[in-house]
Amino acid sequence: MKNAGTLKITTPTGHEIAMTRVFDAPRRLVFDAFTKPELVKQWLLGPPGWTMPVCEIDLRVGGAYRYVWRHTNGKEMGMGGVYREIVPQERLVCTELFDEAWYPGEALVTTTLVEQGGRTTLTSTMLYVSQETRDAVLKSGMERGVVASYDRLEELLASIE
Amino acid sequence: MMATLRALAEPNRFQIVELLRDGPRPVGDMVNRLGLRQPQVSKHLRVLSDAGLVDVRVDAQRRIYALRPAPLQELEAWLERYRRIWEVNFQRLDAVLIDLKSRELKTKEKKRGRTKR
Repeated sequence: MKNAGTLKITTPTGHEIAMTRVFDAPRRLVFDAFTKPELVKQWLLGPPGWTMPVCEIDLRVGGAYRYVWRHTNGKEMGMGGVYREIVPQERLVCTELFDEAWYPGEALVTTTLVEQGGRTTLTSTMLYVSQETRDAVLKSGMERGVVASYDRLEELLASIE
Repeated sequence: MMATLRALAEPNRFQIVELLRDGPRPVGDMVNRLGLRQPQVSKHLRVLSDAGLVDVRVDAQRRIYALRPAPLQELEAWLERYRRIWEVNFQRLDAVLIDLKSRELKTKEKKRGRTKR
């Protein structure tokens, strides 16, 4: 599945959601689009009706980012976190916490960019765990293996309907 | 939602859910099919039950487990919403990247033009 434009979502373990997507652009541009506020504001908007009036990014390890979205109906939604690891054009690790979180604790988001023939494969893994577990994972250098592949989950879910 | 994912994260539990997809089964039957010991299977069934994924009824001496579709349907709906949000985000990102590439190309052409002159 190397086609640009196909979004693949899997749940490799019980606490993770992984996304893979190929973009028809070199990774330095994809990295810019993820880390420069004037670019992030143009696409990280979710469903129709939302704009992003606040997009602040302090791109350094320990630096914070803050996003606020506003809907045409006046509703606002905020999110922020701290960068834990930055390898320019290659890898970003940050914490993520919504102001009104639906899960306990922060999520840890690892984004990697791999370029091949002018195209970039983006993999983003969201790990939802308690703060203690998350810190332990960070200490261990993020070298966690994928426990099991749950591509089968999709099949199972489809059969339940 | 996360409770469902966590319960399914263990391979044996996932297999139990897959077995129950075909219909309710007594514990003994699952023990045979999974090749696990009865206490292990019971432990997994307890986790699945706590997550609301299975129901149990007692029929004479047997405990019969059945799948409860609601949490799985919720999980599917959640993943589908998640997928839709990121699909539209990434389609907009495609457009941003096209724009960046063309701007880069123009800058390069300008530079090339300047050096030629």
